[in-house]
Amino acid sequence: MPGALPVLNKQVVEFAIRTGLALNCDIQKFNKFDRKNYFYPDLAKNYQISQFDQPICLGGHIDIEVDGVPKRLGITRIHMEEDAGKLNHSGATISTSDFSSVDYNRAGVPLLEIVSEPDMRSAEEARAYMEQLKAVLEYIDVCDCKMQEGSLRCDANISIMPEGAKEFGTRAEIKNLNSFRALVRAIEYEVERQKAILEDGGHVVQETRTWDEANGVTLSMRSKEEAHDYRYFPEPDLVPVEIDDAWIERVRAELPELPAQRLQRLVEKHGLPKYDASLIVATKAMADYFDAACANSKDDKGVSNWILGDVSAYLNAENITINEFPVKPENLGELVTLTKDGVLSSKLAKKVFAEMLKNSDKTPKQLVKELGLEQVSDEGAIAAIVDEVLAENPQSVADYKAGKDKAIGFLVGQVMKKSRGKANPGMVNKLLKEKMQ
Amino acid sequence: MKVTTKDVEHIARLSRLTIPESEMEKFTEQFNQILNYADILEKVDTEGIEPTPYVLPVSNAFREDVVKPGVTHEEALKNAPAVYNDGFKVPRVIE
Repeated sequence: MPGALPVLNKQVVEFAIRTGLALNCDIQKFNKFDRKNYFYPDLAKNYQISQFDQPICLGGHIDIEVDGVPKRLGITRIHMEEDAGKLNHSGATISTSDFSSVDYNRAGVPLLEIVSEPDMRSAEEARAYMEQLKAVLEYIDVCDCKMQEGSLRCDANISIMPEGAKEFGTRAEIKNLNSFRALVRAIEYEVERQKAILEDGGHVVQETRTWDEANGVTLSMRSKEEAHDYRYFPEPDLVPVEIDDAWIERVRAELPELPAQRLQRLVEKHGLPKYDASLIVATKAMADYFDAACANSKDDKGVSNWILGDVSAYLNAENITINEFPVKPENLGELVTLTKDGVLSSKLAKKVFAEMLKNSDKTPKQLVKELGLEQVSDEGAIAAIVDEVLAENPQSVADYKAGKDKAIGFLVGQVMKKSRGKANPGMVNKLLKEKMQ
Repeated sequence: MKVTTKDVEHIARLSRLTIPESEMEKFTEQFNQILNYADILEKVDTEGIEPTPYVLPVSNAFREDVVKPGVTHEEALKNAPAVYNDGFKVPRVIE
């Protein structure tokens, strides 16, 4: 607000150090703030308090993998600055709006800007970078990363290099990217737009463009020729920030397990395939759910299969996150154990799962009892049904004996039907084979 | 370095100020006087002295991350020349 004296929120310094350490940066011990001067209605005082030449973090990296190819992407810097107000436009896009409204509620709120090196070569690499960055920020509890609400935002600088060129082409900066999908679409669109310009013999103008989600295009926003002249100078209203080794080491010691470490743990200690583990660790909430379910299960791979299968399918269908998932992780763990122990067939486990979604306060054991679904592993009881089925289906028995192995599938099906799905399928198979020898 | 009327025009535009043609010479001269004074300071021997962006020996003035009551929505918008969609209404923002 114009006239209000700023005071630095200590938490942003703490978060910046934590983020810098998690992204393998060097933390700078002497920090000062600078004024970036520009006229735009999102800042009522016509300058933004930022860090210009001495940002808090320098030189980190993020490791990504696209199509199985690992790549290290550089982080140039992380700096602290104040947020600007939020502009809402009267029309569908900024270009078609006759006027706008400004919401200054977030103006002056501290934010961290993370600048990457120009290392990404495709929209998919940019998406992988953002996914990995989001995972790290969630794991270290610095950001809830809700792009729709603007707590995680991204601008993409895009340039193309004709084959054989030695330097990057002129870049355009794309704003208003509210989702990973928008990021990918905007980059793909922008590459084609710049290609068409160069092929027509023109040249790309350095400018800020906005992503128009509805029409799937980028639009020019304002010429940056003069806006580039920000006339930075040291912010006289804030004193410097000095960070000592003790502070850095305290934050380092408190750093939680990061996505890459967690991925390694899921592969090495829980025996998951790397791909499955990468899907689970992509969000911290999902990884926490996995750990909690495993704590009450004897079969970690089984838990993983449920999470990536039926659980994810349910979340997608209902369009909710794992935080809103009705089944408690310990109950999923118990369900997996019941299957592992042969109490439930996989078919019946799905039935119990469906009930669990409706009765979140009941454990799988209670539901199995209420529904009368215990799998029958009593050999005598199953043998009786097997005998019945064999007597009723002499043709299939003859087929099997004549070498048609497939006939046994039909017979298993008949036994399962008679047992209302409760017979242990492995035992049914074994008994059928023994009796038809 | 000598400031020209072109520099003054540029700085005026960045500051959203209109300087009448008649006063252009006067401002250009004043700009140059300021820079000339800086030239005098440049002559001071600063050998072996660290750059000092701040004059006070103070650092790490923080506030805790605590939410405190501020002005209400109505108070904040009370002096807005125009309100649209519960925010400050501003003219078209891009050229």
